[in-house]
Amino acid sequence: MSAIRCTGLVKRYGDVLAVAGLDLAVTEGECFGLLGPNGAGKTTTIEILEGLTPPDAGDVEILGLRWTGGAETRALRERLGIQLQDTQLADKLTVEETVRLFRSFYQSSHTVDEVLALVELEEKRGAWVGKLSGGQKQRLAVACALVSRPELLFLDEPTTGLDPQSRRQLWDVIGRFRGAGGTILLTTHYMEEAERLCDRVAIMDHGKIIALDTPRALIALLGAEHVVEFALADGAIPTVEELAALPGVRAVRPAPDRTALTVAEVHRAVPALLVLLERRGAALSLLATHHATLEDVFVTLTGRQLRDA
Amino acid sequence: MRDHPLVQLTLARMREFYREPEAIFWVFGFPIVLAFALGIAFRNRGPGELRIAVLRHTGDSALAAALGHAPGLAVTVLDSAAARLELRTGRVALLVIPGERLVYRYDSTRTESQLARLQVDDAVQRARGRADAVRVEDERVTEPGGRYIDFLIPGLLGMNLMGSGLWGVGFSVVQARTKRLLKRYMATPMRRSHYLLAFVLSRLVFLFVEVAALVGFAWWTFDVGVRGSFAALAFTTVLGALSFNGLGMLVASRARTIEAVSGLMNLVMLPMWILSGTFFSYARFPETMQPFVRALPLTALNDALRAVMIDGSPLTRLGTPLTIVTAWGFVSFVVALRIFRWR
Repeated sequence: MSAIRCTGLVKRYGDVLAVAGLDLAVTEGECFGLLGPNGAGKTTTIEILEGLTPPDAGDVEILGLRWTGGAETRALRERLGIQLQDTQLADKLTVEETVRLFRSFYQSSHTVDEVLALVELEEKRGAWVGKLSGGQKQRLAVACALVSRPELLFLDEPTTGLDPQSRRQLWDVIGRFRGAGGTILLTTHYMEEAERLCDRVAIMDHGKIIALDTPRALIALLGAEHVVEFALADGAIPTVEELAALPGVRAVRPAPDRTALTVAEVHRAVPALLVLLERRGAALSLLATHHATLEDVFVTLTGRQLRDA
Repeated sequence: MRDHPLVQLTLARMREFYREPEAIFWVFGFPIVLAFALGIAFRNRGPGELRIAVLRHTGDSALAAALGHAPGLAVTVLDSAAARLELRTGRVALLVIPGERLVYRYDSTRTESQLARLQVDDAVQRARGRADAVRVEDERVTEPGGRYIDFLIPGLLGMNLMGSGLWGVGFSVVQARTKRLLKRYMATPMRRSHYLLAFVLSRLVFLFVEVAALVGFAWWTFDVGVRGSFAALAFTTVLGALSFNGLGMLVASRARTIEAVSGLMNLVMLPMWILSGTFFSYARFPETMQPFVRALPLTALNDALRAVMIDGSPLTRLGTPLTIVTAWGFVSFVVALRIFRWR
């Protein structure tokens, strides 16, 4: 059974088409990621699904119910946990007071102790929200979403702007929720986050889904598992044709500061590249290889970098 | 009970308020400071001593001595340049020029000078032997409730009810909207009515403190009493507070930024600060403006508060002002609910 199902979603803001006909089905128990650059329509999409923004067209079904208003909407809200991207909780309330307030809105809920333990904020219980670090505030926001014992959790860019350690702490929180059988829809523009957390990922661009599969399958779309990047200190860069002809190279992406090769077999491609450059008398200023990521998938699909797209 | 959303929302409102020192000052401290300053500045002192001058000339000292014996006159002898300056700047009310025929030089448009003219002439004539034709006796009275401070305190109370009613709701609602907190609440099963009702409940708690502080201070410092019943005062202040809460919700119903709502607040409050008879009687405004002035909620509230505190009127005689206050609150609240931007 689908936890989320939507078809033909459209949302327009003036001349801008924020969501351009989007279909999605999220299965119960999975962690589903919406991945894309800023402005791709992720937040609009998730807020339509959360029943906070009415779509211009399309059909939304959450846990088998619809956003019809009134009693059905309230019954549905009881079963969801929602974290919004830019909510600032009241600075002058303590962590415990904030959780207690959100808790009071739900019929059935975790105790304050339980939910603070879930997000590891027990020692901050008496601290004012305004005094928390960014990571702690974000964990508190997730705590307010988890307090209702939700079946379905919506997270909109939960780790944006956090340092790596805070990000990992939040991943653990999300992982535990998922481990307990919960369903999650999250948006992110961090590839690493999507690969780490999500069972399936939909890549969004310009209000549409341009690819949807497991992270592994999406990377396999590239037809190669590694990326070799190089830049030259001096000398002319070989042409795209020359590079593409090297053994094991599947694709070439030239860019002003560096050239990236998508490669099936690093151990054959790199020596061949070095031989080619030496023959040209060119000196390297950079040579790096990494496993192909969703970032590479995004660049291959759209021709743009994810961060600055 | 404690975990009822209405209780939790009300507690949250109260905590956010009393953890904000500035808010505490503006709601509780400021009206007391204002009452104190105005009470001191406009305390009833009577007319005090009148300063007059005698021009330096033959016979000035005898004349000055005669005038100096009269009560309420302070006399100096000045030469002509100084006398002209002091008279022009109003530091002396009247100049007496000695001679065959005495001359009183003064500005007849000034009340003080008119008074000095009467007193000086009386003293001069008596000194030359004029006798009273009729025996008279003075009987001095001070009517309680007739002082400026008695007029001022109910007005300050009304103005404070308006200020904290409007700001308390308006600022918090718009802040919750700009911080996307309102939207976050909408993502829970919270009832909208609970959210709005929490403002009213928390307001009532602080209202008690606010009214008690100002009325208690006025009683303790200036001996301003409440002639009507405390029940009538409580009823009137609660009604006023609720009415301005409604107006606050209306003002905050659409605004998206603190700047916008601040502007709207001032737009709503400024005419009432001036027109509604807080610091001086609105009877001073022209007759054509009176219907408009009387229809303002703060005018009606001030009238009702003065009637209770100064005249000791029972509520039954305050039908008109209390109806005006209620109507403003009710209409604002209904309109606010219809147009409220919940995100």
